[in-house]
Amino acid sequence: MPKTLFEKIWQDHLVADLGNGSHLLHIDRVFLHERTGSIALTGLAERKLQVRNPAHAFCTMDHIVDTRPGRGDETAMPGGREFITRTRQETRRAGITLFDINDPRQGISHVIAAEQGIALPGLTMVCPDSHTCTLGALGALAWGIGSSDCEHALALETLRVIKPEQMAVYLEGDLARGVTAKDVMLHLIAEYSASGGRGYAIEFRGSGIGQLPVEARMTLCNMAVEFSAFTGLIAPDEATLDYVAGRPYAPVGDQRDAATAYWRQLSSDDGAVYDRELRVDLADVEPTVTWGTSPQHAVGISGRVPDPGNESDEAAGRAMQRALDYMGLNPGTAMSSIPIDAAFIGSCTNSRLSDLRAAADILEGNKIARGIKAICVPGSSRVKLEAEQEGLDQVFRDAGFEWRESGCSLCFYAGGEGFTRNERVITSTNRNFEGRQGPGARSHLASPATVAASALAGFITDARITGN
Amino acid sequence: MKPFTRHRGVAAPLIRVNIDTDTIIPSREMRRVSKHGLADGLFAGWRYLDTPGGKRENNPEFVLNKPHYAGATILLAGNNFGCGSSREHAAWALVEYGFRAVIAPGFGSIFHGNAVRNGLLPVKLPEPAIDALNEYASASPETNRILVDLENTTVRGAAGDEFGFVIEPAHREMLLQGLDAIAMTQQHLGLIEAFRAADRQRRGWAYLDAGQATTPALIKASISVSVKSSS
Ligand code: SF4
Repeated sequence: MPKTLFEKIWQDHLVADLGNGSHLLHIDRVFLHERTGSIALTGLAERKLQVRNPAHAFCTMDHIVDTRPGRGDETAMPGGREFITRTRQETRRAGITLFDINDPRQGISHVIAAEQGIALPGLTMVCPDSHTCTLGALGALAWGIGSSDCEHALALETLRVIKPEQMAVYLEGDLARGVTAKDVMLHLIAEYSASGGRGYAIEFRGSGIGQLPVEARMTLCNMAVEFSAFTGLIAPDEATLDYVAGRPYAPVGDQRDAATAYWRQLSSDDGAVYDRELRVDLADVEPTVTWGTSPQHAVGISGRVPDPGNESDEAAGRAMQRALDYMGLNPGTAMSSIPIDAAFIGSCTNSRLSDLRAAADILEGNKIARGIKAICVPGSSRVKLEAEQEGLDQVFRDAGFEWRESGCSLCFYAGGEGFTRNERVITSTNRNFEGRQGPGARSHLASPATVAASALAGFITDARITGN
Repeated sequence: MKPFTRHRGVAAPLIRVNIDTDTIIPSREMRRVSKHGLADGLFAGWRYLDTPGGKRENNPEFVLNKPHYAGATILLAGNNFGCGSSREHAAWALVEYGFRAVIAPGFGSIFHGNAVRNGLLPVKLPEPAIDALNEYASASPETNRILVDLENTTVRGAAGDEFGFVIEPAHREMLLQGLDAIAMTQQHLGLIEAFRAADRQRRGWAYLDAGQATTPALIKASISVSVKSSS
């Protein structure tokens, strides 16, 4: 029977069918960070359990660590230091590799797992963080879990999983100039709702995938969780193999040859069946921005803030009205006229080198509008270094952006640094929930290009018009 | 974990779609490396008024602050409850507050798993059923209690109003018996060992040795570059 990519990886990791719909899957890699990893490691220690295979577990400092220059263990988040020191102590005790604050490999877990070759095609990988699905872009089966499952994966190198249903999202045709993977995901979620992919393992496929660089594919898969998917994944192709080659934890020599042979057959067979199929015509996608408090509250940049009165679904209409109240917006307002107070480029969605380049292209030789607070936070210390070697930091600084150390930073508000009440932020992150970037802060999700163009204009702007 | 068989309790309505785990427990409420001390932070953004000086004052408009719902143990929610962040704190906070079940048309998948692991029953029912339960419960929350029965997979509201729900058999089993996943899997260590031995033959490339990157030279290179650039 023809098999999907997902089924192939699933089968190669199936330890046992436990009955009742539950399966025991082998887990190849566990990634931790100081916010939830510290709790999982502590929980394990309290149960007197050991990490079964420390060589397959890694940890980073990304969520709580400050991103201001000159940072150390002290954080803006009250009590943040405990997370950092406890993580250091518990990873040392467990023998897990930690990418600590001043390690040149430090960064956002999902960025560095790919960058270091820890995530590879065909592997199963989990992290107590919902955006672990990012790594599906390499053809890994990677998904976010809670602390209890994380303890299980660390202690037993396996997880009990109920097999998810499968969805194919076909991306067909060509993206218009200036439209990015971020826009595609916001478009998809706006069309089918934030629960449209609920519980599915979603394979992104179709003729549009080949034209997307591997980093852009990570943006696609990253936002699968905003579509409520179990995970997203993409079959590896030659671009993927090139991306993986030579990374620190990628296989070498004979093992590399064996891996490459395995990876080359790792795609869905012709005639493989999915439980649901969706199609996105890439030519229909324009730069897309959110206006509300759910990623499904998104509209093309030439569009307007919608009217909840026109919504046929009553519950959705009520949610829209609440969102508009929170966001301080009126129905009918043109998206590309909304004044902003701040601009943020960063997060596991859009903070890789290609993202910074796209923003810098627009910023180069320009200055951000007066009174705008603008911040750029590279996704990893390595991205930061590479950007600096290209002089991108100077472009950002000259334009008026702060240039930070890597981490999650203002992607979410942990009680320390945040955007303030009613502050309107155009942001390259993934969540526009109430209070996500600060109590009362108003987030508009967009691509790095849109964020950069909007920072220059002082209001939400179509980068294709400003663009150099 | 506390087993769940049947539970009768006060049901509080919070019927909004896409209630994310950031809303259930904001990040700023997760102050310590701990699974406890979270009940106070439950729905903090909605539950408390914005008062200067950081002193907490209940928002009287919020459902859980209304006297009739003080003892709520069942939450009636909108679709996609618990979407977003994987934080298990959302389940811990609900349990610590006293909730035993959440009834919604659908759940975020990570939250769903976390709930089951912590003895919090996620009940999936269609909107009209939830509306009917809400209508009954809200007429007199303290007396019109809702019965959630996991043995028979039913929820009962008004007399004669009973709704069946579907839950994965594996999840039902774990909840009914209060089973611990790690303890259950420990019984299969032999299988895991055997799988691993065979897998290592098949997929040797997927295995790393302790503490060692396969290409340490690259790491050294990147370290020396970064030292140079920061000097
Ligand atoms: S960058 Fe934001 S979304 Fe990504 S892992 Fe960090 S906090 Fe989560």
